[in-house]
Amino acid sequence: MSGFSVVRVLAVLIKEFKQITRDRLTYAMILALPIVQLLLFGYAINAEPRHLPTALLVQEDSVFARSITASLANSQFFRIVAQARTPAELDDLLRRGEVQFAITIPGDFSRRVARGDQAQILVEADATDPSATGSAVAALANLPAQALTRDLAGALSLRAQSRPPFEVVVHRRYNPEAITAFNIVPGLLGVILSMTLVMMTSLSVTRETERGTMESLLATPVEPLEVMVGKLAPYVLVGAIQTVVILVLARFLFDVPMVGGWDGLTLGVCLFVIGSLALGFLISTVAASQLQAMQMSFFYILPSILLSGFMFPFRGMPGWAQAIGEVIPVTHFLRIVRGALLKGQGLEDMWRELLALLAFVCVVTAVTLARYRRTLD
Amino acid sequence: MSPVIDVHGLNKSYGTKHVVQDLSIQVEAGRICGFLGPNGSGKTTTMRMLCGLLTPDSGSGTCLGLDIIDQANLIKRNTGYMTQKFSLYEDLTIAENLMFAARIHSLNRRPARVDRALERLGLTERRNQLAGSLSGGWKQRLALATATLHEPKLLLLDEPTAGVDPKARRTFWEEIHALAAEGLTVLVSTHYMDEAERCHEIAYIAYGQLMARGSVEEVITASKLVTFNGEGPGIDRLAPEIARQAGVESAVPFGAALHVSGSDRTALEAALRPWQREPFNWREVAPSLEDVFIQLMDGSEDNFR
Repeated sequence: MSGFSVVRVLAVLIKEFKQITRDRLTYAMILALPIVQLLLFGYAINAEPRHLPTALLVQEDSVFARSITASLANSQFFRIVAQARTPAELDDLLRRGEVQFAITIPGDFSRRVARGDQAQILVEADATDPSATGSAVAALANLPAQALTRDLAGALSLRAQSRPPFEVVVHRRYNPEAITAFNIVPGLLGVILSMTLVMMTSLSVTRETERGTMESLLATPVEPLEVMVGKLAPYVLVGAIQTVVILVLARFLFDVPMVGGWDGLTLGVCLFVIGSLALGFLISTVAASQLQAMQMSFFYILPSILLSGFMFPFRGMPGWAQAIGEVIPVTHFLRIVRGALLKGQGLEDMWRELLALLAFVCVVTAVTLARYRRTLD
Repeated sequence: MSPVIDVHGLNKSYGTKHVVQDLSIQVEAGRICGFLGPNGSGKTTTMRMLCGLLTPDSGSGTCLGLDIIDQANLIKRNTGYMTQKFSLYEDLTIAENLMFAARIHSLNRRPARVDRALERLGLTERRNQLAGSLSGGWKQRLALATATLHEPKLLLLDEPTAGVDPKARRTFWEEIHALAAEGLTVLVSTHYMDEAERCHEIAYIAYGQLMARGSVEEVITASKLVTFNGEGPGIDRLAPEIARQAGVESAVPFGAALHVSGSDRTALEAALRPWQREPFNWREVAPSLEDVFIQLMDGSEDNFR
């Protein structure tokens, strides 16, 4: 019995095929995964976001200011969502991440345009994610030449022909050199933590079920909460070590600025680690095998990478995709990490994101405890 | 004193499959009760209901005087349960597995208890060996030591000796008898007839129903089975033909001999008449437990298939 036997190959092949068709869930996911992902991410991801939220500080009420406002709104890149009254208010909006752009039209703008005396408007961009602001900033180049054409009639029209009547000064805040790593590296903290923690816990609990040790454990007086705390606590330490390693590397290899916000960051990391672990535990109460636990973890991790604003600008996604993104805890965690490290956000700036993470922790823990069976029914 | 296990009318279904039907069973303290029955007859399900791992659909009863539904957690404290699968942590050492059991039951003097258990097992020298590297027999003895570390009053063993060699099985049973002598009540499921005969009493369950109960002798007598042992050249090959005769309930070759059983003596004798000749030689023997079980199994199949 040597040589290559087609019958023997067929024996293995037919057996393999039968097994594929028997394990429905696993293989349904092999089919579902590309379809769902293609539809979801194909439509959701847009590397050139438009309609970015913008705040305006107009320090004079003039025809020119109104024309510029209208022209910005027409450009499709800017969506004016707030009118600030003071520079401090404008700065707050930008730091809290409520707007992507803060535009100031100074008090002497009309006078300087009329005199041809270096009129300027100031555009401050939140450049923590350089790719989110890139194309909008590029579009600003055309603004001076076009915004005031209609207003600069008569005597002033000569002014418009020779050179643009004003210039746009762009400040890239928080990341002036538009270094992508400043955005990606803090984001990686969220992605790496969820990858390892969700997967590790979901596998560790499913492993007990698969090997039969869970049945013995259930036959002892141990309570569900005791099992959960005992199983998850070691991974809290894993999460803490990972966080420290990533932050140290971010600082010394990538020179990521760390402006502050340590209190919010610490709280955020704690909530996120606990939430991720609880989610892993929840997956393990649903998954029948380690393979299924792997797949479910994967189903969670992919949107966490693609829809959270980690890889692609969050504001570039259509509304429905942003709504999905808001449900993903990584989204909020990324805002906390980037906000703290790059912008120095304090607790007062990020309480909404922290609250979202807290809600995530509470909901997942409650569902997990309700789902964890102390019997085999 | 009331029985340690005392349950009535237990029922459990999975979907349309009625796994345990109206099962009632009592076991007195200090007894070793063998739990027998074909695969899928509901033995494991019954054991799981007794220790609170499964909630019965209906029925009631007590274990150790505690209600099996409301006081499952108290039952768990005083019960040792050894599952069918090897259920220790293979990647922990022998001593670590025992220590885990000691902690999960919040025992006091844990190191001393672990040391004593290791000594009893004769594994003190190998305490730092991984549990996964033990042979089948040792694994089961370690599992037993783990399940009894908290000195339970009731021990549930689910096919503890499946796939274990005869010598290791003998050692295992010696330990069970030693535990019972200390007052522990044991319910042990098995497929081995020799193990059934080591029990004080047996319970036979088939397709979710209790078919026979009592000591081995009682069960054999109650079956009213008549068995003839036939010897002669090639008699074992006649089994299929003889089994087809009316009045014959089973014809099973035992080496060169043939055991033919039936519950109706006259019908059985009539059925065997064609073979009552040279070179065959028949004599009546006491039915073995296996003959009785095969008869019970066939009988219950008729009712449920």
